[in-house]
Amino acid sequence: MSTQVAETPHGALGLSTDDLLAMYRLLLTTRLLDEAALRQNRMGRAPFVVPAAGHEGCQIGTAWAMRRGSDIWLPYYRDLGVVLTAGMTPYEVFLGVFAKADDPSSGGRQMPAHWGSRRLGIISGSSPIATQVPHAAGIAYAVRYRGEDAVVGCWFGDGATSEGDWHEGLNFSGIHRLPVIFVCENNQYAISVPQSKQMAVEDVAMRAEGYGFPGVVVDGNDVLACYGAMKTAHERALAGEGPTLIECKTYRFLPHTSDDDDKSYRSREEVEEAKGKDPLARFGAYLRQHDVLDEAAEEELRGSAKKEIDEAIQAAWDAADPDPDSALRHVFQEDES
Amino acid sequence: MTEKNVVTAIRDALHDEMANDERIVLLGEDVGARGGVFRISDGWLDEFGEERVIDTPLAESGIVGVAIGMALHGLLPVAEIQFADFIHPAFDQIISEAARLRYRSNGDFGVPMVIRTPCGGGIHGALYHSQSIETFYAHVPGLKVVMPSTPADAAGLLRSALRDPDPVLFLEHKKTYRAIKGEVPDDASLVPIGVADVKREGGDLTCVSYGYSLHGCLDAAERLADDEGISVEIVDVRTLAPLDTATILSSVRKTSKAIVVYEDNRTYGAGAEIASTIAEEALFDLDAPIVRVGGPDIPAMPFAAPLEHYFMEPEPDHLYARMRALAHA
Repeated sequence: MSTQVAETPHGALGLSTDDLLAMYRLLLTTRLLDEAALRQNRMGRAPFVVPAAGHEGCQIGTAWAMRRGSDIWLPYYRDLGVVLTAGMTPYEVFLGVFAKADDPSSGGRQMPAHWGSRRLGIISGSSPIATQVPHAAGIAYAVRYRGEDAVVGCWFGDGATSEGDWHEGLNFSGIHRLPVIFVCENNQYAISVPQSKQMAVEDVAMRAEGYGFPGVVVDGNDVLACYGAMKTAHERALAGEGPTLIECKTYRFLPHTSDDDDKSYRSREEVEEAKGKDPLARFGAYLRQHDVLDEAAEEELRGSAKKEIDEAIQAAWDAADPDPDSALRHVFQEDES
Repeated sequence: MTEKNVVTAIRDALHDEMANDERIVLLGEDVGARGGVFRISDGWLDEFGEERVIDTPLAESGIVGVAIGMALHGLLPVAEIQFADFIHPAFDQIISEAARLRYRSNGDFGVPMVIRTPCGGGIHGALYHSQSIETFYAHVPGLKVVMPSTPADAAGLLRSALRDPDPVLFLEHKKTYRAIKGEVPDDASLVPIGVADVKREGGDLTCVSYGYSLHGCLDAAERLADDEGISVEIVDVRTLAPLDTATILSSVRKTSKAIVVYEDNRTYGAGAEIASTIAEEALFDLDAPIVRVGGPDIPAMPFAAPLEHYFMEPEPDHLYARMRALAHA
């Protein structure tokens, strides 16, 4: 008979050590894949990539509380960690990076990181900001109308919270108490515009009050805190108690995209200071502290993730390009025949 | 067959479809307790319940965006934009999202939904209750844009729109709502989207039009027949996108003369597309230059009666005169 002396933070959240290792592997894969994609860009093999580094904690922390197969995901373009958690593979991600015919998001039609997959329940996204927010509300409405056991997750950055669609989507969701969770990955910049020039409030989360549901602030670099907030929101949604807005305070380590130069708007000191709060390093330290991970296991995880990514890059690079004639397809539904 | 006006034909068809298909939900401003400002959904809140007849906040982009979400998850939303003049905040949702979702997902997602909106002038609606918006939307592949001119077409096209796997912008000219009456089939007859209709047969010239303008053309054609025995064929395009060029070209090849009539501002209007199609495909069948009759190029329709009348009809009998001149050319 074992004696539980003191409950661990992850134990209190119902997370097993297997869960923790799987989450850590997702954080690590997101980071390594992100770096690899940017290298492919710098090598001239990918015209455009969208970095995620710095956001892994809030992406995987929140996404881990979602259920694959029943819940519905509306990520935004920086959400590599969210879509990997939803079940997209590194190979599929690189099919998108290289704009190949079998890219599950768009068959190479959209820029990379414009995620979508009917199979995985990831709703196709676009580049205009916050347009997915009213979609999330409509999907949540349909979920309840059809009596389904599903929760809708909708992710966006701080910049999105200035758009009319964001407010309209949250307002509709609040009125109808819909089973939807809004996750703001607040990295404090809308490309170059700092939060102080985006809003006159300290926290995005407080805007939820205007729509009649809870808004919570969490440390976006703390995977377990993000998971805990999302878990509570998920339970609320399933219980018919309505939406939640979760604001994860985080930081983007790299430029907005491969075409951006963040030196024009952020000091290197600021970026270095933020890197000191790296969610990946922090989660690794937590796992070592709780004897979930040791150096050997870490090396093994890193090695296997790197191998998977290297193989994914090679296989995706070798995959077929879209047929030029296919550019005319799928404007409208095509005949079955 | 039952004689109805356009608004009754739309109401009856939509009611019928809602009663038969639980996926259909109606959302928009004042569609519930008020039954819509044109009373399309009068009494439906009680009949179908507030889950299916949804009074929304006053936010057009949100209305369309929410409807897209519903369509992505198994419902068949009918979003009502109270006046077409107020649809512009939803432009991004309609063209960036609804029209492009199927294409951008390589066919993985589709958005079966209908956006209904009353448009057009001649009803003392001034700048912001009179606009023609069809061209903005007909320009974007991925969206179907229909504009019926008769009660039977309105009913049949609406039923087709609800069966279409892709988004349909359903434009209802307000002036036709109560002014235009006609026989409507009592069954669920469909009018196919993308097929024009010859509303009047003739041999001397082809007049291509749609919406309320079509009725001015029919009237002028009747009088030209009576006065001078000029026989005008009138093609109602019914669907702006995709445009049925075959029916238009076949008529023009028969008559060798073409006039295109539309209420929207003349420049870059639907008539430009129709006229250029005729010029490209049937120039050597023509006996005279194509004539284009559109609204004046002013920002919108003014309110004062003489000003509004000028927009709709810049000079007395202008359609009659333009058709007559073309017939004699």
